[in-house]
Amino acid sequence: MNAYLLEIGQALLALLLAPGLVGFVRWLKARLQNRRGAPVWLPYFELRKLFGKEVVMSNNASWLFRVAPYIVFTSALAVTFLIPLLAAPLPFDNVGDLLVVVYLLLLGTFFLALAGLDPGTAFGGMGSSREMTVAALSEPTIALAIFGLALGAGSTNLGRIVTATLANPGVAISPGHLMAFAALFIVSLAETGRLPVDNPSTHLELTMIHEAMILEYSGRYLALIEWASWLKLVIFFTLLANLFIPWGLAATLTPVALAVAVLTLILKLVLLGLIVAVVETRIAKLRLFRVPELLGMSFVLALLAVTSSFLLK
Amino acid sequence: MMQTLFLIMVSAYCLGALVALSGGRGSLGRGLVALGAVIGAGAGFALAANVILSGTPFTLSVPDLLPLAGGLALRLDPLGAFFLIIIGLGAIPSSIYGAGYSEVYEDGSASLRLLGLALNLFLLTMSLVTFADNVLTFLLMWEGMSLTSYFLVMTESREAGTVRAGIWYLAMTHIGLALLMGGFIVLMNGGSGAFSDLRTSAASLSAASRSLVFLLTFLGFGSKAGIVPLHIWLPMAHPAAPSHVSALMSGVMIKMGIYGILRVALDLLGGGPVWWGGIILGVGSVSALLGVLYALMEHDLKRLLAYHSVENIGIILIGIGAGMIFHTYGMMTLAALGFIGGLYHTINHASFKSLLFLGAGSVLHATHTRNMEELGGLIKNMPWTALFFLIGSAAISALPPLNGFASEWLVFQSLLGGFNLPVPEVALLMPVAVGMLALTSGLAAACFVKAFGITFLALPRSEAAEHAHESPLSMQVGMGILALACIGLGLAPFAVVRLIGGVITGLGGLPDTRAAFTFNLHLQTPGAFGQMSSPLVFLGLLILLGLTPLIMRLLRVNWQLRRGDTWGCGRVGQTARMEYTATSFAEPLRRIFAELYRPSRDVTIDFHPDSKYFVQSIEYRSEITPLFERWLYDPILRLIRFTARQVRKLQAGSLYLYLAYIIIILIILLLAARWF
Repeated sequence: MNAYLLEIGQALLALLLAPGLVGFVRWLKARLQNRRGAPVWLPYFELRKLFGKEVVMSNNASWLFRVAPYIVFTSALAVTFLIPLLAAPLPFDNVGDLLVVVYLLLLGTFFLALAGLDPGTAFGGMGSSREMTVAALSEPTIALAIFGLALGAGSTNLGRIVTATLANPGVAISPGHLMAFAALFIVSLAETGRLPVDNPSTHLELTMIHEAMILEYSGRYLALIEWASWLKLVIFFTLLANLFIPWGLAATLTPVALAVAVLTLILKLVLLGLIVAVVETRIAKLRLFRVPELLGMSFVLALLAVTSSFLLK
Repeated sequence: MMQTLFLIMVSAYCLGALVALSGGRGSLGRGLVALGAVIGAGAGFALAANVILSGTPFTLSVPDLLPLAGGLALRLDPLGAFFLIIIGLGAIPSSIYGAGYSEVYEDGSASLRLLGLALNLFLLTMSLVTFADNVLTFLLMWEGMSLTSYFLVMTESREAGTVRAGIWYLAMTHIGLALLMGGFIVLMNGGSGAFSDLRTSAASLSAASRSLVFLLTFLGFGSKAGIVPLHIWLPMAHPAAPSHVSALMSGVMIKMGIYGILRVALDLLGGGPVWWGGIILGVGSVSALLGVLYALMEHDLKRLLAYHSVENIGIILIGIGAGMIFHTYGMMTLAALGFIGGLYHTINHASFKSLLFLGAGSVLHATHTRNMEELGGLIKNMPWTALFFLIGSAAISALPPLNGFASEWLVFQSLLGGFNLPVPEVALLMPVAVGMLALTSGLAAACFVKAFGITFLALPRSEAAEHAHESPLSMQVGMGILALACIGLGLAPFAVVRLIGGVITGLGGLPDTRAAFTFNLHLQTPGAFGQMSSPLVFLGLLILLGLTPLIMRLLRVNWQLRRGDTWGCGRVGQTARMEYTATSFAEPLRRIFAELYRPSRDVTIDFHPDSKYFVQSIEYRSEITPLFERWLYDPILRLIRFTARQVRKLQAGSLYLYLAYIIIILIILLLAARWF
């Protein structure tokens, strides 16, 4: 019973942390660029503001436009029940493995891209087209990184991957693991719309991807979509942090262990946020047609990761 | 009981054909023709379910009917029954749909008599392929299926391109038939053609002739299934045929190729060296990837779907190829996992591809165009068709919790099991296949965002799309059945996997591996490698989907909604010309894969005579190079034409010359007779 409460608790925690994480990365980027930056908790106010505003919807849009935000939000939220945020293995470990996680996120992307086409603007279509291109090209890397992780653990179940690494800590610094981590990190940047693939702080530029797709959204719908995309950042960071470096996750459901788990989770998110902020400050956005090269590189890394796991097995 | 069902099946199809012969016009005639097909397919479905559930094959031998090479031998074993179920699944909704759809031919633009006759005979012969228990019966029914489907493709023979499509189909299918005959002759090795005899005699064949049999039959069946590079008839024939026929051909008939591959390579030959599986896996991966890449560039809705059939056949073959490889090394549970993944995807593809073709048919029915660039906004006037097409699109894009995801998950799991292989070179094939499969499924999702988004969303791009109307009830019912099948097959993988596990038990020495899986709401692959539960994922999504707006309501979120114009950077009024098109949607991928597409671009700009800064008109043409047509088929066609020209020199049309030939041949024969 407690375990199921933990499931709900960790989903709520992810919902709660997501705006803060984005606010933190934004603030850190500003500091690194010698700006004062908005306070870390600004995204919480953004959400409150958006939820309080009325929706203005295009005359051309259909029911799909109104359903899509809920599907996008729900699919991201459902993933937070499956991934090891605080403890492993979770009671829902056998409901969905890593492949289910990836394809649930693709479900959200699919509907968001359709919603981008619905109002019939050129911007929306452009965003959808690019989003699906990037999503399709990052799929092989994700699948191979899963393969690499599953090889070590003998399972695609998230809980089993975590416990296998905990039982055999040497795996965490094996070349296969390190390369898979690098590959997944690059793909995480692409999937969550960060630099160098997409610029999250741009509005109305011909280079934007995610923002172009959701340009017609407002009010509560926009709030749901924004929250879902922030949630996606937490999800990818958690996967990176807890699948490759699972220490700190609660093995028993005692209050102390859980407190440690919450604290280490926040620490890991802060560290990854720091890396992303530095990366985003140091490098410029890639041209859209250079993105496949980056994703190709991540694919090669993932392939090398799997190959080395094979040879070193 | 089984005998009765069999008789009902045959007689219903024959009655349907007879009704069609007597005219088959009017709503009554079309309804009766469809009724024959529905009852026939339903009886076949029931018979097949009976065979699978009881595990006892149905046998019927009529040796006197064809006193040649063993006569007509019919035996429905669980593998055949599985494919008979697929026929039922595709044929029942397609026939119902066809009753309404074929109304457009009442004006005499096509022969309803021929359509109804060919449809019923096509379904009958295709069903009997799964029953065939000797080589003669198999080839006869196979050819019957090919010929009747040729007539179905030719239904709209007055439309441009139909005749050409028909010729291509006829040629490709007969090349396939020739290869199959060659394969079976080598396999029979002068002995009996009964499948039970072939199973024992195949073991005594030399390794070389076994491999020859495998290669010939793989190519022969592959030409029917649509593997690259033998796929080129699919994008021609599927769009040319009436839509419910396209659904049957693409959803069901090409699966008979898969049936043949399994029947010969796994059942009759009992598996083989590892490179057989390697070839199947390689061809499958290439077909999957090239199929989806060509689909992305296609703006004809039905051609797009036809290329996706190539892709999905590829995915099925990836599963079967992995299964064959594991089978070679005696890893039977993993082999079973691969075969189950492949067969599961077979039945899933039958449901969602038939659904999508029927949806495309409704669009064609309402707007008279298949060109996506002239469509758009149909979701408003055709809400049901749009919903069904959306379900099909999500299913084919492997989105959970629909059926495409369940089978792709199993195929992935079987590939992930590849690290258990003892030979590293072979084992390394698996991650490459994983990468290609993942890229394929990502691109498929992109392609169906395009297909659904451009066709059904935003503003209509033409007059016809603006005045589109919802299709009649019979067509909606046909699509609705298939949409339910997509959801049902997706929610019950645990049950489907158990059934397929029973189907493949015993084939090529596969033991009953059902015990290796766990069957409750969760599905657990052998060795607990992966677990998932699509019913629980579905339930979870539903709960969250219900809770989210509820909690938003409780938190007093602003619930107002105002309609307004689309925001457009200050311009006045929005027209459909400002929308993103299918071409522009696919443009990034066209650039990224330019090495494959080799696009050619042709821009003609008409300037004002006084100043080149005033453009009067721009004409833009862009085409991609059809690689296989240009580099593989064109040279072959040129060779055939060249040979034909040379032969024509002999056939000058002069009677005296022909008499001279006869005399010369006669002399040569006499001389030969004297010498030997």
